[in-house]
Amino acid sequence: MKKIINAVADIVPEMVSGLVKSYPQLVAQLPNTQAIGRRDAAFKAGHQVGLVSGGGSGHEPLHLGYVGLGMLSAAVAGQINTSPTPDQIYAAIRYADHGAGVLLIVKNYAGDVMNFAMAQELAEYDDIQVKAITVDDDVAFDATDTQGRRGVAGTILVEKICGAAAEAGASLDELAALGQAVIDHTKTIGIALTAATVPGVDHPGFELQADEMEYGVGIHNERGYATEKMAPSATIAAHLEDKILGNFDLQTTDEFAVVVNGLGATPLMEQYVFANDVLADLAKRDVKVTFTKVGNLVTAIDMHGVSLTLCQLQDNWHTLLNAPANTIAW
Amino acid sequence: MLDETLLFKWMTEFDHQIQTDKAYLSGLDAEIGDGDHGDNMARGMSAVMHTFKTPNQSVAEQLKAIAFALISKVGGAAGPLYGSAFLRMSKAAVDTQQLDQLIQIGADAIADRGGANFGDKTMLDVWAYVPAMLEHHTLSSAGLAQLAAHTKPMQAKKGRASYLGERSVGHLDPGAVSSQELFQALLKAQSALKTSPNQALKNGTD
Repeated sequence: MKKIINAVADIVPEMVSGLVKSYPQLVAQLPNTQAIGRRDAAFKAGHQVGLVSGGGSGHEPLHLGYVGLGMLSAAVAGQINTSPTPDQIYAAIRYADHGAGVLLIVKNYAGDVMNFAMAQELAEYDDIQVKAITVDDDVAFDATDTQGRRGVAGTILVEKICGAAAEAGASLDELAALGQAVIDHTKTIGIALTAATVPGVDHPGFELQADEMEYGVGIHNERGYATEKMAPSATIAAHLEDKILGNFDLQTTDEFAVVVNGLGATPLMEQYVFANDVLADLAKRDVKVTFTKVGNLVTAIDMHGVSLTLCQLQDNWHTLLNAPANTIAW
Repeated sequence: MLDETLLFKWMTEFDHQIQTDKAYLSGLDAEIGDGDHGDNMARGMSAVMHTFKTPNQSVAEQLKAIAFALISKVGGAAGPLYGSAFLRMSKAAVDTQQLDQLIQIGADAIADRGGANFGDKTMLDVWAYVPAMLEHHTLSSAGLAQLAAHTKPMQAKKGRASYLGERSVGHLDPGAVSSQELFQALLKAQSALKTSPNQALKNGTD
């Protein structure tokens, strides 16, 4: 498998280096880490609660691309598909703290949860107030008998809504409660036509025939709940909506945010075709959509596929979603 | 008794085994996880061996240095799990150097950090049984291999493999296999020191 790289072991440090060199006005690398922090004037002058996220690499622009005004204060890049280590997360927490505390936004994977918990313990020794919320928006599987549901594309809505609220002066407790509420009202499912090829491994993570697709995939090449014959975009959209909407307690007054997310190797052309079907089908179901985002937002290296996220908007979330953000990728 | 000499020999043997089996362990992980357990452990054990360059460390200090090397270099789930085990053992080693007690404390740390139960197809399925085997002098290489082999028919309830559900059945848990190697390395270190008169004299028995 061809990749534009130098050496597999150098991918993450070179990616982080390339990213900060490309956007020096927005972010800087924290010394001796693969973490970056925002460096805008509002952050330097501010007393806002810090927001820190991170995880294994391979999901770009998540999380590095969402560091900046109105979103994350700092983010940490682990090895590919591998959680960053506590010392690195701790460095990001220290950078993000202005004395008002730090909220950790953690995707629900065993490694991430444990490494962030250890970093939180380290920071608490230093009397930094830290709270953590765990994103588990993937409804492809039930939570029983597993690690729990996985954190996937819905993570960016948590980062955006909490980021806007932090910028507006919300407290650490308020942000933790807000973030948890967003998680509770956000559901995602992904599909793949081709699995990702992890650098250093010369074949896709799982095999699909030319006429097959997989429903319910994760963002680390985890297989889903069903392998089916390839179907038209409209059929895929209707299936995913059935499955996702079944996880909500629907009200007639509901308003939704929709995220159509490319998993890395899906042309935007296909993503907009799929978004067109999603929005048409939701309209047919009388589901009101007031915010939409389409693009490669939370990827799985070079997986060909999409995920669909619905967020049942509450309170002022719509305003927070539309609040200004100055990051590489929002 | 865990003294400085045994700890060094134990980690040397474990490092050797991990570096030798790096591809095998990553291959096991590729079947039900993300395929990097061997590489992550190899990176961590290289860092662990580096900590022995600091002279005159007590067992507690050395265990702590090992813990921090594992925590900061392994990553994933294995880093905090192995790291937590050695960190808690380091705290306990101030009061006791009884191996069975220390390993029990390590196993408890792993259970607390990961929240796993016995039979969830994790490294705990090896660690949990080792203290009693040490206490009753029944720890053997074959027994350890059997403990790891017992994870094969289990369905994973923790970690990335848990999403495979029934499809996780029929595969060895990579963390259980690296744990098997950890304690096999302990056996090798103990027997090497017993057959080496100078060191045996220095270390007494066990």
